[in-house]
Amino acid sequence: MPEQTVIEAVRDTMRAEMRRDERVILLGEDIGLRGGVFLATDGFIEEFGEDRVIDTPLAESLICGLALGAAVNGMRPLAEIQFADFVWPAINQIVGEAARVRYGTNGVKTVPMTIRVPYGGGVRGGLYHSQSTEVLFAHTPGLTVVAPATPYDAKGLLASAIRSDDPVIVLEHKRTYRLVKGEVPAEDYTIPIGRAEIKRPGSDMTIVTYGLMLHYALQAAETASEQGFDVEVLDLRTLRPLDADAIAESVSRTGKVLIVQEDTPAVSISSEVAAIVGERCFFDLDGPITRLTAPEIPPMPFSPIQEAAFMPSVEKIIDAIAKLAEL
Amino acid sequence: MAFKIELPHVGESVTEAVIGKWLKSPGEHVEKYDPLVEVITDKVSMDIPAPASGTLTKLLAAEGDTVPMGSVIAEMETDEVVVQGESELSTTPPGADSPGSSLAGRIGTLVQGANVGPTGGEFLDTSLSSSTDDALPATAEVSRPNDGKQRFSPVVTRLAAQHGVDLGSLAGTGLGGRVTKKDVLAAAESAPSASPAAGSISAEDQVIEPTPIRRMIADHMVRSTSEIPHAWSAIEVDVTGMVEWRTANRQRFEKAHNVRLTYLPITLLCVAAALKANPRINSSWLDGKAVLKGQINVGVAVAAPEGLVVPVVQGAAGSTLLELARRLDGVVKRARSGSMTLDDVRGGTFTLNNTGALGSVWGGAIINHPQAAILTTEAIVKRPVVISREGDDSVIVRSMMNICLSFDHRIIDGAEASTFLQAVKTGLEAVDLDTEF
Amino acid sequence: MSATANKSSKLKTTTQPLSGERLVELYRTMVLSRYLDERVWLLNRQGKAAIAASAQGHEAAQVACIEATDPSKDHYLTYYRQFTAMIALGTEPEEMLRGFLAKEGEPMSAARQFPLHGAHPRVDLFNFSNVIATQLPQAAGVALADKLRGDDAVTIVFFGDGAASQGDTHEAMNFAGIRKLPIVFFCENNRYAISVPLNRQMAIDSIASRAAGYGFPGVEVDGTDVVAVYEATRAAVSRARAGDGPTLIEVSVERLLPHTTDDDHTRYRSAEDIAQMANRDPVKITSETLRRRDLLTEAEDEAIHAEAKRRVNIATDTVDAEPYPGTETMFDHVTHDSGRGGP
Repeated sequence: MPEQTVIEAVRDTMRAEMRRDERVILLGEDIGLRGGVFLATDGFIEEFGEDRVIDTPLAESLICGLALGAAVNGMRPLAEIQFADFVWPAINQIVGEAARVRYGTNGVKTVPMTIRVPYGGGVRGGLYHSQSTEVLFAHTPGLTVVAPATPYDAKGLLASAIRSDDPVIVLEHKRTYRLVKGEVPAEDYTIPIGRAEIKRPGSDMTIVTYGLMLHYALQAAETASEQGFDVEVLDLRTLRPLDADAIAESVSRTGKVLIVQEDTPAVSISSEVAAIVGERCFFDLDGPITRLTAPEIPPMPFSPIQEAAFMPSVEKIIDAIAKLAEL
Repeated sequence: MAFKIELPHVGESVTEAVIGKWLKSPGEHVEKYDPLVEVITDKVSMDIPAPASGTLTKLLAAEGDTVPMGSVIAEMETDEVVVQGESELSTTPPGADSPGSSLAGRIGTLVQGANVGPTGGEFLDTSLSSSTDDALPATAEVSRPNDGKQRFSPVVTRLAAQHGVDLGSLAGTGLGGRVTKKDVLAAAESAPSASPAAGSISAEDQVIEPTPIRRMIADHMVRSTSEIPHAWSAIEVDVTGMVEWRTANRQRFEKAHNVRLTYLPITLLCVAAALKANPRINSSWLDGKAVLKGQINVGVAVAAPEGLVVPVVQGAAGSTLLELARRLDGVVKRARSGSMTLDDVRGGTFTLNNTGALGSVWGGAIINHPQAAILTTEAIVKRPVVISREGDDSVIVRSMMNICLSFDHRIIDGAEASTFLQAVKTGLEAVDLDTEF
Repeated sequence: MSATANKSSKLKTTTQPLSGERLVELYRTMVLSRYLDERVWLLNRQGKAAIAASAQGHEAAQVACIEATDPSKDHYLTYYRQFTAMIALGTEPEEMLRGFLAKEGEPMSAARQFPLHGAHPRVDLFNFSNVIATQLPQAAGVALADKLRGDDAVTIVFFGDGAASQGDTHEAMNFAGIRKLPIVFFCENNRYAISVPLNRQMAIDSIASRAAGYGFPGVEVDGTDVVAVYEATRAAVSRARAGDGPTLIEVSVERLLPHTTDDDHTRYRSAEDIAQMANRDPVKITSETLRRRDLLTEAEDEAIHAEAKRRVNIATDTVDAEPYPGTETMFDHVTHDSGRGGP
């Protein structure tokens, strides 16, 4: 089975979808002539031309507004916001407009658009190339939000996103682009949106996580197993809608939960997961709901020691596992 | 036709308006919807439109008058027949609280009639004349344990450990009998030294601090009597045959099997068979349902040094007399020596108590919660008994033993109790010298 | 999907110069709009219509603009003030009133939105929100899709003088100019954005002059002159259909009433300023024009007014008696798998 990195899987999937459906058009900054700053669209303008691979002016609100307009007029636009840190000017077109079109037109107009958003830190990105921006999107009825962490999931979820009739935000952790390599079948497949996946089965506790943290959690679980802790790792994969059933099934079975996320904690994905566990697993809990997140400071400092202190790490996760297991 | 024009109701908290300016005069012809009069309510002024086309005939309120909503302000002759609408009842505005304490003052009160339109104006919404109760559920679905297992929430477990409360003996007041935090705290508080109003202790009285077992028994008794509606039924049994059989076979039996032979294994044999034939007696009330137990595990009350204990003979039905005798022997020995295991006391579905050993002839025993019934075997007493044979009555001396059933009246009726007792009686009276067990 | 394919072969001669007959029809639509507009304000004062933005003063510009387009294929992105344009596009008074009274069966958004928001059931007109100027980048996206496919539809996007200040407007016009999109930017300048007058909205006098900064033509037109607006729009639509790119049309109109029913313009406009607007009432001006050109007699004019009034009364009586939507449908259409899919 061929192996690919996350960015290779993303690139191949976009290419396959564009070949498959001529309504798929790409919009974004530097995606054409440059092939994208992460080379996600390397070679695309040569194959598909400048009418399907559109280098937009530097204007994020425009990018998402264009995508919205094209989507309600028969296209399946795939927009790229170059860095999640730059998505804020486009928030209105996404959260205020696109998410509400179907509801606000009683189903007459729908928005089959996808927005890819590279996010996350640990890359010496400082305050403006490191942010995690999932929360506002995950809070919004009408939006779908996915966060694949492996090449296999990146292909399957991106394909599902592009084929979805609703606006989908695809959060790709930029560190995973070249860091994570895995098996990706060559044939066409999709992964259903809204389904988490147990990436490592276990019985003593469940780690619920997503994005780059999945890989750190898996490493930590491996080390923890040598110390006698049998840790299950649940990869959320979709952040809206959250797979509440999978979360509840796993935590009810293991009795303890450690939520690991790179984002800051207040009003975050971990808060929502904790609420679900509290609502649905109360009588099966053998220990308090526990979170391991970044500290409450703006993500994230540029200087290396401070950046390392900000990010959750394998060691920090091992430590949290041991503490929770003892309780 | 003559038509009365009323001041229309425009909002729940607005009850009156001031007539500002009449825009039409008597004698003037008006079209439906033509503005008729300008009125002023609290902050907002509005134009009231003509409800129909016709000629205005009379003005009944003057400019500057304050008029309640719903009152007639003018009359007109309509061009066509118009259905006179019903006047809407005005609602009394809620009384405003007068600020008392400084906190209330800081909280403030609601301003009558104040309103804000969709984008900041003074729009007074009249679209809903009464509030529709289309409330949608606000809370999310939460977990409810529904597999019948007794579950203790995290805080209950903690408090029970902290206060030394035995959770198994607690009656839960939560949903489905769940033990709640309040239950544990209440149990912790009802320590022996804290019983108010139950009577005073004088210097001549002896206060005995109960052992943990005693305390548990006490709690258990309270629980049983407070939860289970007890009813009672008793019957006489002619055990002459059983007495004769034992007298004749005892020595041989005890020598051959090295196990004591009291009446207990025989009565247990009959009781077990009777339970098998009457499953409602072998049951338990749980979560509002009668649960008929599949196994027949009979607890046998034994006086142990610390108090009454009830070791259980598992699977009592279908065992032979010898097996029962052996099991009883072992379990009673362990009970009396204080060396019972957990297995010895688990899983009882019915309890048998030989109160007759101490001379009792009637007992109203307390059911061993959460079972549904308990049977006492009373003293065997020789009595004169009337026997009828072919129409002739005569009096002879027979060994008679009363058996008394206390039962859970939620599950078991008098008839069912009697049927069970009859079955035990029949089984016991069938024993005679020729019986081979 | 080349951008240049089919340009010449699909070039359609646009509508003819405005005939006298059509002019009278446009006037009829303006009068109906005026009566319905006034009725909506009355309903608001009665507490039945929660919010309304009037198009009184804008009627001529809107009917003329629509007349120069092709509703069978063109796209219309409106904002909250295109009351007359919607009537010109065939929206029935009952449908309009269902929006203002928020009644069941409201066609644009099932009454989930403010009136006039949502998507039109028969022509491709939509208005997704009341956040200002978001429709301009969206319109550019609509036009982009047409251009990529080689369709000869034109996108007309409406906006006001206030919207001209939003970043989205700049971004959209910039992109439209770069890509020569088939789009008409139609600005209805009534000199007030709620209470902020034009000289506080921009340092220049003419919104149309900005078009040069984006590489396409801009024209100023008297918005009370039906013929002038029609001609300007016709030219712009032809340009767009021919693949020659965008045009910015700025029509000057008066906002005869406050911003919305929640506003009180006496707080920021002088009595004289308000009074002089009566000189630029497009319904009056068009009536005078028609009579001067002997296209309309006084009796015919009165008949038009009477008929409009009658029509509006019928619509009011009908919709006033209708029920509100219940709660059963409020969970529909959030995503593709909630509730029914579209009509």
